[in-house]
Amino acid sequence: MNTEKRLFKGKLKQYSLLIALVIIIAFFQIVTGGLLLKPMNVSNVVFQNAYVVILAIGMLLCILTGGNIDLSVGSVVALVSAAAGQMIIVWKWNVYFSIGICLLLGIMVGIWQGFWIAYVRIPAFIVTLSGQLVFRGCTLLLLNGMTLAPFPNDYLMFSTGFIAKEAKVDILGMNMNIVCLITGIVIALVFCILQIVNNATRRRKGYEAESSLSLAVKLVLISAVLIWFFALLAQYQGIPTVLVILGVLLVVYTFITTKTVAGRHLYALGGNEKAARLSGVKTNRLFFLAYVNMGFLAAVTGLVFAARLNSASPVAGGNFELDAIGACFIGGASAYGGVGTIGGTLIGALIMGMLNNGMSILGLSSNLQQVVKGLVLLGAVAMDVISKMNLEILPRRKKVVAEPQKG
Amino acid sequence: MGNTLLKMQNITKEFPGVKALDQVNIEVEEGEIHAICGENGAGKSTLMNVLSGIYPYGSYEGDIIFNGKECRFHTIKDSEHQGIVIIHQELALVPYLSIAENMFLGNEQAENGVVNWDLTYQKCSEYMKMVGLHENPHTLVKDIGMGKQQLAEIAKALAKDVKLLILDEPTSSLNENDAKNLLDLLLEFKKNRGITSILISHKLNELSYCADKITIIRDGHTIETLEKGKDEISEARIIKGMVGREMTSRFPPREHHIGDVALEVKNWTVYHPLYADRKVVDNACLTIHQGEVVGIAGLIGAGRTELAMSIFGKAYGAHITGELFLDGKKVEIHTISQAITDGLAYVTEDRKGNGLIVADSIKHNITLARTEFISKNGILDKDLELHKAKEIREKLNVKTPTVEQLVGNLSGGNQQKVLVGKWIFAQPNVLLLDEPTRGIDVGAKYEIYQIINNLVAQGKAVLMISSELPELLGMCDRIYVMNESHIIAELDGKDASQERIMEYIMQDSKGEIGA
Repeated sequence: MNTEKRLFKGKLKQYSLLIALVIIIAFFQIVTGGLLLKPMNVSNVVFQNAYVVILAIGMLLCILTGGNIDLSVGSVVALVSAAAGQMIIVWKWNVYFSIGICLLLGIMVGIWQGFWIAYVRIPAFIVTLSGQLVFRGCTLLLLNGMTLAPFPNDYLMFSTGFIAKEAKVDILGMNMNIVCLITGIVIALVFCILQIVNNATRRRKGYEAESSLSLAVKLVLISAVLIWFFALLAQYQGIPTVLVILGVLLVVYTFITTKTVAGRHLYALGGNEKAARLSGVKTNRLFFLAYVNMGFLAAVTGLVFAARLNSASPVAGGNFELDAIGACFIGGASAYGGVGTIGGTLIGALIMGMLNNGMSILGLSSNLQQVVKGLVLLGAVAMDVISKMNLEILPRRKKVVAEPQKG
Repeated sequence: MGNTLLKMQNITKEFPGVKALDQVNIEVEEGEIHAICGENGAGKSTLMNVLSGIYPYGSYEGDIIFNGKECRFHTIKDSEHQGIVIIHQELALVPYLSIAENMFLGNEQAENGVVNWDLTYQKCSEYMKMVGLHENPHTLVKDIGMGKQQLAEIAKALAKDVKLLILDEPTSSLNENDAKNLLDLLLEFKKNRGITSILISHKLNELSYCADKITIIRDGHTIETLEKGKDEISEARIIKGMVGREMTSRFPPREHHIGDVALEVKNWTVYHPLYADRKVVDNACLTIHQGEVVGIAGLIGAGRTELAMSIFGKAYGAHITGELFLDGKKVEIHTISQAITDGLAYVTEDRKGNGLIVADSIKHNITLARTEFISKNGILDKDLELHKAKEIREKLNVKTPTVEQLVGNLSGGNQQKVLVGKWIFAQPNVLLLDEPTRGIDVGAKYEIYQIINNLVAQGKAVLMISSELPELLGMCDRIYVMNESHIIAELDGKDASQERIMEYIMQDSKGEIGA
């Protein structure tokens, strides 16, 4: 096999998830008669999936440490929203102060679980299974089995609000939110400029750089998708606040996993813990931090979710852990650790989200939806495992670009 | 003798882009020990995989004739039915099963699916006796040493009624004593049971010790077959056949410029991390100078690895006491990252288990121990990383088209170079090399020796642990001998000989028993 073909195959695998997502979107767009990508529905999809993505980011870091999952996140979400409800609705505390306390609560939960997992070395599965029971129990105790509602408006803004909702203008015959549209264009521009500058610096320093043509194609495609997405949102109410939170988290965590020493160490820990330790990586601390971080993000999710439900319910967050874990594995994370990306996880979550949304529009029963989602999860991981199997059996040279870039 | 047991004719095996075997011919007579040698990547393992059915019939060209019949194996089971048993370099025993359970794994002594345990253990004892393995068959495999595990594998093969036993580098993880026992066992099998063996080995002295014939493979071709008695069998000739050139010396020459003391260890005592009263290193004292290669000889289990790892930021052991001096200054090193910043490097004996992240790229592996060299304020400079990794690749001659390549896809010798490169990148002053040439071929070994020479030429101090005495003798300025957690002797490189080192060890062991 020649080099170009090999490279093409590698790229294909790298983008296979994205292609799968596009196919799913196209399929539902057709069978729902165009309902899927209606501005209102796109906005809805953002609201519906934000919490899964936030949880999945944290879950990915745990999985990277060596395939360790966190089964307690659903309960932590419930506990944090209950705490928020108690403080804001019952005690009428200041909203910002309460949010701070809630985030701290999440971190405390993370410290508790991380301690047992990283320093006492009890398998994460067991510690977090215990956490699932303990924190759900705490929630029930705190709420006494009742639901608290409603939250004041200034709290709801964080999750269900839109940015500059009123700034609507007529453009090209459509009533659009100008702030949203401009934001989209600015983000696309900034992204392009960063990429171009980056590539130019590389070329100047004599490092390997991408060819101008492939870079141009990539940038045009990504910009088009970004602007189109924001244009859709603009036709409805504008940018959902939660999208801002999500966007910031995605950027920050992508940066951490790909560009920082801590991120590199995380991948090393999952790839071979003993080797990482003998290379001076503080493995226990890293392990611990991954779970503290998970607690923090679970708290963020709890706050977002409480606002979306506009209530603190004792049953909130049921099965959230499964959605988050599913998103990571569909997104290409390895069940053994050391492999997986934030981008992949986002796509994994979107695949699940689109399936949910599309099937709901079609009016399929939720029972059937579960069956489909379960099969998709198995199918995605099976594809990954099988494609690796082929490469493993074949000789060395073939696998040059087989793994998605990471670290 | 004289009957041809196995004939492999014109075997060609192609992988996309590579011809791993090209018209290979080999003939093995009944009752002989036939050695196959060649550099890593020459095609030895591929050939054995073709023979044992791991690469099924149809995926290669050529014929296999075993016992006069043409064979078309589709799975390992097929070849095992014919009495061909292969024992891989990495042993395939299940650690948490007993010796007996392992021995009859897949070959259970059962009636209608119900295992007859009495028969299993009785038969196991018989086979263990044949190979000289004196253990309780109920013992878990994880609790016996590598040498005994190897014997258990061979007993397992016997239990399968083996006609042709294939051993892939059986002695690579054994010490000299266990290795000799193993080879003697093969000789005994040949004499008393008529079992034919194929022995794949890098260790040339072993080949001349027990092989009747030696087939040399290079780059997927059979180069020649030497016969004991007919052809002159010498290391020089075999090496020439393997690498395709004369190697006048197995060890590159080095100029000695020995400087000040770089590392000194005084009264170093280390306890086992689990068994609190077991000393694994007892009151050890040693010094290494700048520009010096110091060896540690000793049997496996003597405490050599434990000594090196405990020096390296207490990476092993409990209740470590003693003093450590770097460049004459007393230091307290409690963590591995501190050891690395203080200029120590430990190159592990277990490159896949403890050394490298095989599913990650070469460049990430190289920079892992010193990410601060390629980052600022915790943020990585990936372009710099790529550049540095390429430098190391050039310097150490790692044979790979790109440093993005996954380490797991490299040959053993190249993996070892990446491992050494990782620690050179860390810019240490003292390198603790633990079995730096284990399981790699002659050519790659030579390159590793050259790397070591370059390091000491730059004034670095090197401690080298090795189970291959010729290697220590060839490379070291001084040699410490370790036995049963003690350093029992210190020899000058010039005065040392294999006999003297073994003598020290034997005498010391005897003393223990006597006392």
